[in-house]
Amino acid sequence: MKGFCLEVWGDYACFTRPEMKVERVSYDVITPSAARAIFEAILWKPAIRWQVDKIEILKPIKWTNVRRNEVGKVASPRNKESIFIEDERQQRAALILKDVAYRLHAHFEMTDKKGSEDTEAKFAAMFERRAENGQCFHRPYFGTREFAVDFKLVQPDQSQPKAISEDRDLGWMVYDIRHDNSKDESHVHSCTDKCSPRIYRPVMKQGIILVPDWKSEEVRG
Amino acid sequence: MSSVANRYDFVLLFDVKDGNPNGDPDAGNMPRVDAETGMGLVTDVCLKRKVRNFVQMIKEGKKPFDIFIKEKAILNNLIDQAHEQEKVKIKEKGSEKTEEARKWMCENFFDIRTFGAVMSTGKNAGQVRGPVQLTFGRSIERVVTSEHSITRMAVATVAESEKQSGDNRTMGRKFTIPYGLYLSHGFISAPLAKQTGFSEEDLKLLWDALKTMFDHDRSAARGLMGTRKLIVFKHGSEFGNAPAQNLFDLVKVERATDPAKPAREFTDYKVTLEKAKVPQGVELLEML
Repeated sequence: MKGFCLEVWGDYACFTRPEMKVERVSYDVITPSAARAIFEAILWKPAIRWQVDKIEILKPIKWTNVRRNEVGKVASPRNKESIFIEDERQQRAALILKDVAYRLHAHFEMTDKKGSEDTEAKFAAMFERRAENGQCFHRPYFGTREFAVDFKLVQPDQSQPKAISEDRDLGWMVYDIRHDNSKDESHVHSCTDKCSPRIYRPVMKQGIILVPDWKSEEVRG
Repeated sequence: MSSVANRYDFVLLFDVKDGNPNGDPDAGNMPRVDAETGMGLVTDVCLKRKVRNFVQMIKEGKKPFDIFIKEKAILNNLIDQAHEQEKVKIKEKGSEKTEEARKWMCENFFDIRTFGAVMSTGKNAGQVRGPVQLTFGRSIERVVTSEHSITRMAVATVAESEKQSGDNRTMGRKFTIPYGLYLSHGFISAPLAKQTGFSEEDLKLLWDALKTMFDHDRSAARGLMGTRKLIVFKHGSEFGNAPAQNLFDLVKVERATDPAKPAREFTDYKVTLEKAKVPQGVELLEML
């Protein structure tokens, strides 16, 4: 299985902890789900599924805080009363990461949606070409769209800066959401009760997190 | 009209003089500052609000350029409106109906086509990811916040007046930045434009908004704000022809005057653009 490596960096990141979503608090590091989405922003087809293998943390984990005006929308079909933005304004703080850089290692697997023309070599070449030229389907981001990601493809033989020399037990983290896409033929997905989170307990050793396969025992849900 | 077929990356430079470009609710409405570096910040949502207000003003809220997240808007009435459309009504409940409602919202609201929206309020109208993505604006140099005390020759309540035995004066505070030049990055994804129907006409409107939105956002708090440069990189293809960071590196903003002295004018800065280094397949458009 051919692996790919991307170096990604940005000024800020917010990988929101699901238990702290109102006033958002980020995880210490990127989740496999957010890392997968970065690869998908460059190339994704129904025929492939990205699996993140390893995350290298290249910069010390630093935090900052930002409070913004947001819209609180509380609505039910029965409640026809007006919602005025000014009245529904909520000021929410977010505890986010600052000055972030990772090296992400991943590979893809073919799914049962692959057509007769689809080969691994074809998608591998497509991904490499796009990543090499800075092309993307949409601009990848660190958790939320205002925190845009710069990326570059790393070739296996290139010498690389080392990951940070820090060990940390990161606790239980979201691994990914298992989405129920059965009703979303056009890929416009709104999560339903059938979508469920998967969690895992990563340990960062010398700045490196080894990400288990999504089917492995370490990933629970 | 056909949707935008090229990827764009852009650099927006705007400045403020004796004003507060974006107050921080956590700091008593003082201008947002990166506490570690002293650089000023303006959030992405602050800029998007101005784009929305500009389009609402220019197009007078007329469809297909209506604005969904209006000031004084009624979100659920608009979602209900989508569900009252004939072609939405005839659909069965479930994802197909949601999809029709989503389409109707995209067709009618400029900000949904542009920035996207979560429309799972009330009657579900699905979720839309817009093609246009903005980052925080960040000042080129450190900004200094000045606090000014101001007085008002009136009071709000009778009780206050009585306490002052008719003197009737109150004091307030106001924060300004003497001068700050801010830079924000933006991205437009052609494949997402296709999904929401973000058209060439919408794109033109977006450029107009970015160029002149501050001219229509005058207020006591803002001081003198204006867009100084809008530098757009148009890629020859939908996925793009060069990494965004390489293009952004071609735009350099430096001090034209002695960096030891504080900047107070746009002319204290020099913006250079390495036109010769623009890679093949990328067209440079200096919008402003």
